Amino acid sequence: MTDMTRRQFFKLTGATLVGSSLGLLGFAPGPALAEVRQFKLLRATETRNTCPYCSVACGILMYSLGDKAKNAEASIVHIEGDPDHPVNRGTLCPKGAGLLDMVHSKSRLTYPEYRAPGSDKWQRISWNDALDRIARLLKADRDANFVEKNADGLTVNRWITTGMLAASGATNEVGYLTHKVVRPLGLLVFDNQARV
Amino acid sequence: MTNHWVDIKNADLVLIMGGNAAEAHPCGFKWVTEAKAHNKARLIVVDPRFTRSAAIADYYAPIRTGTDIVFLGAVINYLLTNDKIQHEYVRNYTDLPFIVKEGFAFADGLFSGYDAQARKYDKSSWDYEFGDDGYVRTDPTFAHPRCVYNLLRQHYARYTPEMVERICGTAKEKFLHIAEQIASTSTTDRAMTIMYALGWTQHSVGSQMIRCAAMVQLLLGNIGISGGGMNALRGHSNIQGLTDLGLLSNLLPGYLTLPGEKEQDYAKYIAARAPKPLRPNQLSYWQNYPKFHVSLMKAWWGDAVSAENDWGYDWLPKLDKSYDLLLAIELMNQGKMNGYICQGFNPLAAAPNKAKAIAGFSQLKFLVVMDPLATETSEFWRNHGEHNDVDPSRIQTEVFRLPTSLFAEEDGAFVNSGRWLQWHWKGAEPPGEARSDLEIMAGLFTRLRALYRSEGGAPSDAITKLSWPYANPESPTADELAKEYSGRALKDLADPKDPTKIIRKAGEQLAGFAELRDDGSTSSGCWIFCGSWGPAGNLMARRDNADPTGIGNTLNWAWAWPANRRVLYNRASCDVNGKPFDPKRKLVGWNGAAWGGADVPDYKADEDPANGMGPFIMLPEGVARLFARDAMNEGPFPEHYEPFETPLANNPLSPNQPLALNNPIARLFKGDREMFGKADRFPHVATTYRLTEHFHYWTKHVRLNAILQPEQFVEIGEALAKEIGVAAGERVRVTSNRGHITAVAMVTKRIKALQVDGKTVHTVGIPIHWGFTGTAKAGFLANTLTPVVGDGNSQTPEFKSFLVRVEKA
Repeated sequence: MTDMTRRQFFKLTGATLVGSSLGLLGFAPGPALAEVRQFKLLRATETRNTCPYCSVACGILMYSLGDKAKNAEASIVHIEGDPDHPVNRGTLCPKGAGLLDMVHSKSRLTYPEYRAPGSDKWQRISWNDALDRIARLLKADRDANFVEKNADGLTVNRWITTGMLAASGATNEVGYLTHKVVRPLGLLVFDNQARV
Repeated sequence: MTNHWVDIKNADLVLIMGGNAAEAHPCGFKWVTEAKAHNKARLIVVDPRFTRSAAIADYYAPIRTGTDIVFLGAVINYLLTNDKIQHEYVRNYTDLPFIVKEGFAFADGLFSGYDAQARKYDKSSWDYEFGDDGYVRTDPTFAHPRCVYNLLRQHYARYTPEMVERICGTAKEKFLHIAEQIASTSTTDRAMTIMYALGWTQHSVGSQMIRCAAMVQLLLGNIGISGGGMNALRGHSNIQGLTDLGLLSNLLPGYLTLPGEKEQDYAKYIAARAPKPLRPNQLSYWQNYPKFHVSLMKAWWGDAVSAENDWGYDWLPKLDKSYDLLLAIELMNQGKMNGYICQGFNPLAAAPNKAKAIAGFSQLKFLVVMDPLATETSEFWRNHGEHNDVDPSRIQTEVFRLPTSLFAEEDGAFVNSGRWLQWHWKGAEPPGEARSDLEIMAGLFTRLRALYRSEGGAPSDAITKLSWPYANPESPTADELAKEYSGRALKDLADPKDPTKIIRKAGEQLAGFAELRDDGSTSSGCWIFCGSWGPAGNLMARRDNADPTGIGNTLNWAWAWPANRRVLYNRASCDVNGKPFDPKRKLVGWNGAAWGGADVPDYKADEDPANGMGPFIMLPEGVARLFARDAMNEGPFPEHYEPFETPLANNPLSPNQPLALNNPIARLFKGDREMFGKADRFPHVATTYRLTEHFHYWTKHVRLNAILQPEQFVEIGEALAKEIGVAAGERVRVTSNRGHITAVAMVTKRIKALQVDGKTVHTVGIPIHWGFTGTAKAGFLANTLTPVVGDGNSQTPEFKSFLVRVEKA
């Protein structure tokens, strides 16, 4: 038998009984105990999240290895639909079913990069260098082109030589903070994915 | 959405038009199948292609892309001619009895006030007639020739089933069958929902298409009721939230608006946005605008703003015009922009005419890309062979690429299409050195603030005095920001009815926007989200899925704006006495003393319906507008104009007026107009679309989806394939006047040629999901082909109707 101790069993069921039922797991204690291999989600931490694709906003359950201890690095190993969610009720579409591969996509960027004028390649830079440099460029452009008063002498306090596009898959909190940072600079060339 | 995903199960009829929910919103579409299975609902799909939604529809009709106003206008005509309107509803809850002033006119495709030189209307004649008491004059008998009812009849009399067949290519019998089905929901015991998406927004007359559908729903009494509504299926997980938070050129959070440059006076700015009622005893809820605005200014600038400095009014930039993405790229091409920041947005793929976007980005001094993935935008300067044939040595733009976390690696809320704010939790750290957008924005801000404090420069009080109360200024948390946009009391708040009673102590979170004040004693960064993190904590994180009434509203699951209301305008689901029109789908009702029910009433909670307050409380009329007044740029009634690239030589509705061929007020930049193609060289009508196996330009980076749909294709009908001598699986070249792509031909029975105004029109379907970065096989960005022209109100580009030529590659 039996890698499953009584305690593990309760840990497994306890984690999912918050609002769902054992039946939804698809098996009862008997068959589980008869498994030769340990169920991979048994040691996983369950986290509730929302599918980041379309705006149906299906509830998802993410399972990560690691127990959230300070010295344990979590890695997401499985994602499935949240059966408690009133809209998707545990289901996911072919996009949502591939979410794990999005988290671990080979295209994920892992460090800041810089492409110099005329260059045909990226070079790695540090966060500090990148942010210092961008802040300098922003300030130089703003200082040179900020319009305090228009031709008619009206106070307009705007800056239209630099623009920004905001994310469509970022949280409300990111959106709110972005707006709060950007507008006081006087930025008006400001748009988001809702336009297109 | 006026309603929400689960509520679709209450529909008796579902119209999917301008969208393809089965493919693009599969798990939401399940509520359509639920309605079919358990509510005997019928599904109608109208689309140029026989889509996956059409595949399970009870009835499908084809339509030529870009002609939906003809179809919907003819539905309006059918409803009025056959008297299939919900009489009590339209008489009391819409402006049909309102009288329009003398001088308003429509002739030959143009409304009164058109200036052909400026391509703009003087809208002053598009208004009501006012009586001596200052209120709009009305005629509840509909006898007055200039009441909205009669003007509407007159306007759509030209929209006949024959005209539908001629312009849309939809057979007259099919149109009449659908019109009859739609008309069946004019009774109080039947509801129709309309589901649409970019198939309506991405046209030069997209806003008017949507408006026309909303008018149909109003005539039928389908707005505000369970199973009804106008349901926009938003395309990205938090595009609703980003819009709500006002991340657009001319907006502030919560649909507050930035001032124009002529609005130098704060009091006048407020007065223009807080309209007095146009009819007796109407709520006109925007009269509370100053409370929302002052609370926002307090959230941003704290103690630095007060009544003395007009709450920091000067610090808000003043608009000379609205700077949308299309204008931004035009300004880049004119050499008028130096820097651009793309946060989780891939404009090289999303903007119209890729070549123009490349040329624009190449003129920037610097481009900053924040993204979890290696997007095409970040590599616009890199040669990717035929898919991005540029010479890096000639592009002098500095580019920064900053890696960000994604959904699984952060806490926070997304707003879904049904306006639910749902909290999610972090499950792992982002890879490598990737950081959250919060940390990046904070890092940029604190650096800029430090530079302005130490060096000075352009005016910077708005920057240096910005309230930044976060425990770690370099990395604000989602919790801190959510509490801030929800809002709190800055002083003890006394009960307005009993000043001896304190309802909120200083520092306490507010329960909702009704508690906001305009005296600086409250703070809320987005008034429509006020209460989402209330005195009881984070309501967005609630997970009680109980649905006690069975109507699907789950009021304790997450939190919906506004005020946790699940169906907007729900007071309109009741008759004038406050009794539900249909007791089987009761949302709210009046019990003699208060409103209540299965939803949060969209109305003054203790208002006796006998006083005649209308259900559309955000409008000064108190009722819904069939006549848009000056709210739309093309005119108060939707009128059909051809796409800017049309197979027709004239607009059959106004054949003798060349100015009315296309949207007469659409903004055209010099150079883009010259890039439009004509039907003689580009005879095929193209439309872009999404697949269920892919999401936008993201999932080509995802292994599973790259396996499911590995290679770029275009979809053509059998007749066109035969005409150009192409078999399924062979490659075709698709060319517009702006560029070409090559792709595999998918020859299907799903697209049929249409007979339009005496000619045969072939439609070409172009899925958008490929590009030159990612795991899927490299392909062309679909916007290589698309024209630069936007909707007349929203400037959303016309990706759904343009001309191409398809030939064997």
